[in-house]
Amino acid sequence: MKKDTLKSYLINLLAIVVLFIIMKMLISNGVLNRYYVGIIVFIGVNIILASSLNIATGFLGQLALGHAGFMATGAYTSAITAMTLIDRGVALPNSVILIISLIAAGTVSLLVSLIIGIPSLRLRGDYLGIITLGFGEVIRVFINNIKFTGGAQGLTGIPMLTTFDNTFWITVFVIFVLYTFTNSKHGRAIISIREDEIAAEAVGIPTTFYKVLGFSTAAFFGGVGGGLYAHYLAFLDPNIFGFMRSVEILVIVVLGGMGSLTGSIIAAIVLTILPEALRDFAQYRLLIYSFLLVAMMIFRPQGLFGTAEFSMKMFLHKLRHNQIISPRKEIKDGD
Amino acid sequence: MTLLIQQFINGLSVGSIYALIALGYTLVYGIIKLINFAHGEIMMMGAYFAFITVITMGLPFLATLIFSMVLAALLGITIETVAYKPLRKAPRISALITAIGMSLFLQNLAQVIFGADPKVMPDLIPKRPINIAGIQIGTVTIVTIILSVFFMIVLDLFIKNTKPGKAMRAVSEDKEASVIMGINVNRTISITFAIGSALGALGGVLYSVAYTQVYPTMGIMPGLKAFVAAVLGGIGLIPGAMLGGFIIGMVETVSKAYLSSQWSDAIVFGILILVLIVKPTGILGKNEREKV
Repeated sequence: MKKDTLKSYLINLLAIVVLFIIMKMLISNGVLNRYYVGIIVFIGVNIILASSLNIATGFLGQLALGHAGFMATGAYTSAITAMTLIDRGVALPNSVILIISLIAAGTVSLLVSLIIGIPSLRLRGDYLGIITLGFGEVIRVFINNIKFTGGAQGLTGIPMLTTFDNTFWITVFVIFVLYTFTNSKHGRAIISIREDEIAAEAVGIPTTFYKVLGFSTAAFFGGVGGGLYAHYLAFLDPNIFGFMRSVEILVIVVLGGMGSLTGSIIAAIVLTILPEALRDFAQYRLLIYSFLLVAMMIFRPQGLFGTAEFSMKMFLHKLRHNQIISPRKEIKDGD
Repeated sequence: MTLLIQQFINGLSVGSIYALIALGYTLVYGIIKLINFAHGEIMMMGAYFAFITVITMGLPFLATLIFSMVLAALLGITIETVAYKPLRKAPRISALITAIGMSLFLQNLAQVIFGADPKVMPDLIPKRPINIAGIQIGTVTIVTIILSVFFMIVLDLFIKNTKPGKAMRAVSEDKEASVIMGINVNRTISITFAIGSALGALGGVLYSVAYTQVYPTMGIMPGLKAFVAAVLGGIGLIPGAMLGGFIIGMVETVSKAYLSSQWSDAIVFGILILVLIVKPTGILGKNEREKV
């Protein structure tokens, strides 16, 4: 690893640890009560879901409208894995059980995504969106009607393993993996498919392989996000994983900027807090939310960040040299 | 056997409602390549328009229907001008998100105005079973089928024979070329939205009469299924939407009656996935070669 890269990773790690300590202090002081901690956990879950979908939609450039299906698969797999482990009397610490369940969740979601991804990724644009939409609905109906998921009554008795600490670190870990992935050779191959599939194929990139890889990576982490969600709610109802849920995740990705993980993180934070902050206007909150969505798309269709990323190193560099932070570079998004 | 025929006719009636809504998706997609996710909500608004008209003015069925269709057409034009027009040149996904935002907006607007609880739709059509050769068919079913087929024929004649109809076809073939030929593209797009929304409202009114309920989220499921129908038949193709609508209605009714009512949604979406994998452009779609 280059010395420079290592340095920037260390700076980021330091910033994250500081953030973690500050938040821990706020929690122990009681400034952040249970309600706020709950919101923070949901922010973490949404960050994982949005940044994973960003791999498929933002970096790979394939419209996917069924992310809630993978989230549901992950949520149920994780819940059932943890319940079985605890039933069998496996004596492991909670966090280990959580990690095992989340890996199981991601793996099953990945396998499911291969079933749909391999035949359908040769389709383009809207058609892929439609097929993933249909698949997401099929998964939901499926969960609704089989026995071991609790069916339409929902699944109860899921151990509450998700805490602030493990959500925080799992989110950081997922972002780290996704960030290094998008900056690796494979990530560049995936971005090249978004920019021009035919050109990518012409320079020898196995496009089918990378499309499936991008799509199933998204599904894997979508499943992990779902698992984390299940262990916080402790109750699963198949109908929370409907089409609207997929839309919510996609909205975070598009608002943050397709192809920007920073954008997904910021948008996940804003869009999780916004509906809660608007709770005083109860019946108007979704009206305001949807209005902002339309307005945002009209005035800034590339999202908050476009394809740019925020870098701690650049930020510090600019601070040190007393420069005004330059406007983000904007890349015009082609059709 | 009689039961099968009865189910067949029910399927036809449900299917014709899906076909009407699917036409709206297909017309809009054909002309601006946008999946108008707000279309299900236009259908819902159409049902509410009819509901208000009946409650406040007590107009007869046909007058109510036309009133609601006109209002929905105006709503469709407004949505297009306010939300979609500024995004003509933006990336496709931004327009798609706007459509989703619009759909959420209309849903919540209806919730704020009318409340979330379902309202009972008055019997616009006197309900009684009619006995034809030992088969019991409801009046609503018959009226639904007749009205749908009537409006589909009108649409077909309109598209084929009138000037605006020809303009619609021209714009969907090639937007630039139709500008050169002196077609007012913006007006044509508005007309398309108006027609699509009016048909959606018709579907909505018939749907709410058949299920005797109006509520803010009623557009989601029929909207999604009508959309599936449009894709199944070949999105952008008018006969495709009709065919797809009838197929979806039929599959849904038959699978509800003979297999399982819980699984019928999965069967509908399963068929969609299979058709898309085998023939992505839909049943009637032509395969187009990708241009480099």
